[in-house]
Amino acid sequence: MSKTETKKVKKTAASYKPGSLRYIWYKLRHTPTAVIGMCFVVTLFILSFASPYFLIDERSGQPMWQYIDMRNMNALPSAEHLFGCDEIGRDILARVLYGARYTMSIGIFSTTVSLLFGMLLGSIAGYFGGHVDNFIMRCLDVFQAFPGILLAITISATLGPGFEKIIISLGISGIPGYARMMRANILSIRGSEYAEAALSINCPTSRIIAKHIIPNAMSPLIVQTAMGIAASGLMASSLSFLGFGVQAPTPEWGSMLASARNFIRNYPHLCLFPGIFIMLTVISYNLIGDTVRDALDPKLKD
Amino acid sequence: MALIEIEHLKKYFPSSRGTVHAVDDVTFNIEEGSTMGLVGESGCGKSTLGRTIIHLLESTDGVIRFNGEDVTHPSKHKLRELRENMQIIFQDPYSSLNPRMTVMDTIMEPLKLSKKFSKAELQKEADKMMDLAGIEKRLRMSYPHELDGGRRQRVGIARALALNPKFIVCDEPVSALDVSIQAQILNLLMDLQHERKLTYMFVTHDLSVVRHISSHICVMYLGQMVETSETDELFERPMHPYTKALLSAIPTTDIHNRTERILLKGEITSPINPKPGCRFAARCPYADEQCAQPVGLHEVTPGHFVSCCHVKEINDL
Repeated sequence: MSKTETKKVKKTAASYKPGSLRYIWYKLRHTPTAVIGMCFVVTLFILSFASPYFLIDERSGQPMWQYIDMRNMNALPSAEHLFGCDEIGRDILARVLYGARYTMSIGIFSTTVSLLFGMLLGSIAGYFGGHVDNFIMRCLDVFQAFPGILLAITISATLGPGFEKIIISLGISGIPGYARMMRANILSIRGSEYAEAALSINCPTSRIIAKHIIPNAMSPLIVQTAMGIAASGLMASSLSFLGFGVQAPTPEWGSMLASARNFIRNYPHLCLFPGIFIMLTVISYNLIGDTVRDALDPKLKD
Repeated sequence: MALIEIEHLKKYFPSSRGTVHAVDDVTFNIEEGSTMGLVGESGCGKSTLGRTIIHLLESTDGVIRFNGEDVTHPSKHKLRELRENMQIIFQDPYSSLNPRMTVMDTIMEPLKLSKKFSKAELQKEADKMMDLAGIEKRLRMSYPHELDGGRRQRVGIARALALNPKFIVCDEPVSALDVSIQAQILNLLMDLQHERKLTYMFVTHDLSVVRHISSHICVMYLGQMVETSETDELFERPMHPYTKALLSAIPTTDIHNRTERILLKGEITSPINPKPGCRFAARCPYADEQCAQPVGLHEVTPGHFVSCCHVKEINDL
């Protein structure tokens, strides 16, 4: 009896179209730094969303990130509290893990908001040109005249503090960058011969934009997005640190830093752990972003 | 019968420094099944003229007739129909194909958009086109960056032919290719012309190519037509001083019979708000005051039109 051998064809980088999403995914799986970054981000996400189920204080039955135990005020790291406890005796590890969801998801959501609106405005401005272009770009100039963090502070001060509001404010302050980039790409592609060729074969405008122009204008934006997630995650922490973001009892990393900074001389571990996690998260996102950029840049192709 | 008739066609572009007269008062006919070669130096409006005729650009003034019918300002419906009959092959096969579409997708796109074919027919029709343009079947799922220049240009040709057009503007289709591939593509274009009774307008600055493929030639200078006639007549008896200079620039391999190279001095006049009169006058060795008067094409010998007021003296006629 002979077993039928199923030969699995090993896919190589060449079997994917450069610049396609599958190619990016292939690259991500085969670049060690990106794998490390993805592992960190994914693990943290899973732990963060699972934490309400396993990080529960045994005696009180309360979730550990909000259980106050004054006996453990500023406790140093120990076997019971791996990262130690904060100024009112809450477990820092639990708070860091639970709080991961904020910094990390704010980065993703606010970048998505910037990307979507930036793409839309940039495409419209780039494709239609003339007065429409002028109007949109001058409006965005106004936004860009403010430093990013100041604009985000202004918007969140107007809207008030809160998770969704910080996403909106960071999202809005990121729009001009994406819109500008999209517009520049669209402009160069609109004048290309394949866009003209599409017109000459009776391709309707909507289809020219959707099928011939936008897919070819996307690569730099994907790179910018991958990098932007880290930047706006960091910005979210900064905003919380300044008191404009997610508010105090919620264990957001930035606001944890803000409340711990009073004790930095005597109990540095209060600042250290949230700080390290902000740093690691930003690095992870950047490692992923780097790989995405390499995958989309044909000049770096191996 | 003339398939394309162009009368006093003008295409002006507004610019910050004035109006650019890219195509200025051009009149000619293209007979059905023939090839009209359009030559001239870069920037003289050859490509603009081609694009205006097939309505990729809107004409400023003048009349375009296709098959005897005035199509200068077509309705939306008419324009769709026209574009199926008039196609263009682009100069640069690297930028005229969408880098994210496979060969098959690119060729199927015009068929899909015409809405005349069912899904199964689409495949079949596209396969037929690939055969016709000489593209190997195995390249069906390839992307443009995987093909060489010649194969890419074949894809461009297959796309242009997909809807079975009558008239094709070839906008320097071989100038981006190396010489051995140029010959292949030119032969392909000529074979297709025989098979499908195509009419070409062949835009180029390569005189040897144009002599090989065209039956008629128009010489353009700064948006205007300076000379037109049958190919052999034009190459043997060029009459306009510009055409003479242009033809003298063709390199020859015969050392005993070297023609003297006519070197033109001076700059090309600006196409922005040009003065009336002969536009070549500033560089013409025969120019005098008379050249400031407007001139038009006139028939010097049967079928040979020249736009020059000194044509008789220059050519001892």
